[in-house]
Amino acid sequence: MNFELTEERQMLQDTLRRYLREKYTTAVRNDILTSDAGLSADIWAELAELGVLGALFTEEMGGFGGAGFDLAVVFEELGRAGVVEPVLDSALMGGRLLAAAGKSDMVEQVIAGTLHLAVAHGEPGGRYDMDYVHTKADGGVLTGRKAVVMNAEAADHLIVSARDGDAIALYLVAKDAKGVDIQGYPLLAGGRAGEVTFDNTPAEPLGLSLSDLQAATNLALVAISAEALGAMESATHLTKDYLMTRTQFGRPIGTFQALAHRMADLLIELEQARSAVINAAGYLEAPDADLHLSATKNLIGRIGRLVAEESIQMHGGIAMTQEYELAHIAKRIVMADHRFGDTDYHLERFIALSAA
Amino acid sequence: MDMSFTDDELAFQSEVREFLRDELPSEIVDKVAKGIELGKDEVERWHAILNARGWLAPNWPKSFGGGEWNAVQRHIFDTEAAAANAPRIVPFGLSMLGPVLQKFGSKEQQDHWLPRILDGSDWWCQGYSEPGAGSDLASLKTRAVRDGDHYVVNGQKTWTTLGQHANMIFCLVRTDPDVKQQEGISFLLIDMNTPGIEVRPIILLDGSDEVNEVWFTDVRVPVENLVGEENKGWTYAKYLLTHERANIAGVGFSQAGLAAVKRMARAENHNGKPLIENPHFAARVAQVDIDLRAMATSNLRIISKAAAGGAPGLEASMLKVKGSIIRQEINDLARRVAGPYAMPFASEALEGANDTIPDPLGAGPVAAQYFNNRKLSIFGGSNEIQRGIIAKVTMSGGRA
Ligand SMILES: Cc1cc2nc3c(=O)[nH]c(=O)nc-3n(C[C@H](O)[C@H](O)[C@H](O)COP(=O)(O)OP(=O)(O)OC[C@H]3O[C@@H](n4cnc5c(N)ncnc54)[C@H](O)[C@@H]3O)c2cc1C
Repeated sequence: MNFELTEERQMLQDTLRRYLREKYTTAVRNDILTSDAGLSADIWAELAELGVLGALFTEEMGGFGGAGFDLAVVFEELGRAGVVEPVLDSALMGGRLLAAAGKSDMVEQVIAGTLHLAVAHGEPGGRYDMDYVHTKADGGVLTGRKAVVMNAEAADHLIVSARDGDAIALYLVAKDAKGVDIQGYPLLAGGRAGEVTFDNTPAEPLGLSLSDLQAATNLALVAISAEALGAMESATHLTKDYLMTRTQFGRPIGTFQALAHRMADLLIELEQARSAVINAAGYLEAPDADLHLSATKNLIGRIGRLVAEESIQMHGGIAMTQEYELAHIAKRIVMADHRFGDTDYHLERFIALSAA
Repeated sequence: MDMSFTDDELAFQSEVREFLRDELPSEIVDKVAKGIELGKDEVERWHAILNARGWLAPNWPKSFGGGEWNAVQRHIFDTEAAAANAPRIVPFGLSMLGPVLQKFGSKEQQDHWLPRILDGSDWWCQGYSEPGAGSDLASLKTRAVRDGDHYVVNGQKTWTTLGQHANMIFCLVRTDPDVKQQEGISFLLIDMNTPGIEVRPIILLDGSDEVNEVWFTDVRVPVENLVGEENKGWTYAKYLLTHERANIAGVGFSQAGLAAVKRMARAENHNGKPLIENPHFAARVAQVDIDLRAMATSNLRIISKAAAGGAPGLEASMLKVKGSIIRQEINDLARRVAGPYAMPFASEALEGANDTIPDPLGAGPVAAQYFNNRKLSIFGGSNEIQRGIIAKVTMSGGRA
């Protein structure tokens, strides 16, 4: 057992943390939030240059990481800074699916930051159910509708799940292909998504099935949990600082036991969250990975809500304002519960897997 | 003990239902149902409709043009209005300033300002909080210095709800800096159009612009706008803060919110079944439902005691804490039901011309409301402050 990061990962963490602290300030981020694109091309290029995107892929894929702990390191830092650029959807999920399909030239472009992807899987009415797919594949063309597709507008290619007979398979669709329609919109916690429809759209089969998508979703579960953890660390940190500096009734509010004990609870729960993310990253390749991932996502959902709500409450009015850092961070934390299955979804899945 | 409504109360209930059915404009209902902020004109329209019926100021004495409703009547109205998705009454003139003027204002002030509150001539906002004076309100610094027949006001108020619509603000100001904090505060009525006043919006975390900063630079206020006596403002402020309690628990809003959650959860699919049939989700809903049923009775119990002349400061604090927790829990359920569709959101500032926000459940911006309603446990005396009052009153025998 050794809970220290390897030297390479430690360096990656330090570099990324320093870069984001200097470059991804609240003001810069708030500009990105209100921009039409919802993401910064400059930041994206710099993340590629720093090797952040490459760290999401194994050496065989052309990267220099790709394991659970590499993802955890990267996404924890992205979460800490409240980064809205679609590293998770475009680079990690999209890139790793293309890697699984053997599209090494495209993966190379993903790592270089020159290719954007979107994964179009969920459908209206499907909630978080993985096999709810009504989009049809028939003779090389796709027809159907996908819900809340992250990064759909910025993507050069979409990876789309569709049913060919009984089997669900994945297809590659060029964004400007015939019959693709994207209705884009902003998201509460930053970034953009869209409702995407395909009407007899030409598509290339990737030779991947639902189980490949499940594997990519497992990577995403590690990433989103680590991201929420990083954001929780920020929230807790901001709250601790505020409790020590804000005075009311002639003393710092952190000296009121009613707040001090709750701050202590947040710190206790944060350690739980950290361990849960370590479990997810460490057991990612284990035979019972699904059980661990559901455990982590459920715990992160519960603790995330607590941290977001308590941080706002203990700040008072200031935390309700858009320009205060915590507002965005709290939104990132809570909205992470709406991705890849929420607290209840993973509770149920954990129960089912434990019984098995 | 008798839990049933009397014949008179039942008759009143049908009267209220009929009124809401006939008079409440459907465009307003649509917005309220989806939690979309109303414009100034829409609020004024609803106030005018209520005023025409004599129902705008149910808590005021008849002598001032009010309804003098008892606790049960108010409960019935609040519940029915929330169920019908009627907008919240903007409370600053009607529930806050009105009662203060009725108790402490001069005859001239009553005659001038009270009718104007009812007919909508004035839109009031509340200038209590300052950047350095939130929970510790008595530490407020905005200064008013007497100069002939005027006060000259300098300082800053903040969190001023709907100040952008207001033409009048009632303020707590410091008139004597040399005495105990609570004894140097006065209660002033200030025209927002006086030179030296600047209103700046504060954008909240959901992009809404419901609160403001209000800056005062050498603002001259006629002395006749002082309410009561100089340096007695703290007494009036406390009277105001504890006066409005009939709707402090927001039971009607919670009932309407929970009904909406259930409706949405029947429409939402989870593994081929309605989400409402999912045991985990159903348990969450049931838990809140159970709490809310008890809360509704607590609310009635407590407000009927107030109507009978009790002084329920302690109970008002209890209603505020539990009521806000239940409302926030319902907001949390609503965002859960929406699933992935809780994420899309555009405040007007962010909304591009071509953006359409998908809303398959007709739920409105549930996640934004979840965040916006975090305010319920912060403003009007935070839940920590309320708990402090409850503890102090019960354990030291002291008064709040
Ligand atoms: C949306 C919104 C609308 C508002 N509208 C108005 C308005 O129209 N007019 C107006 O005058 N004000 C308004 N307010 C201000 C509101 O009343 C204050 O936010 C509230 O009094 C809390 O003050 P604060 O935000 O400065 O927090 P602080 O007082 O700084 O409190 C920070 C934290 O410390 C806690 N705390 C403080 N003292 C103690 C203690 N002794 N023991 C334990 N915990 C403590 C608080 O509970 C809170 O958790 C509004 C606020 C909001 C958010």
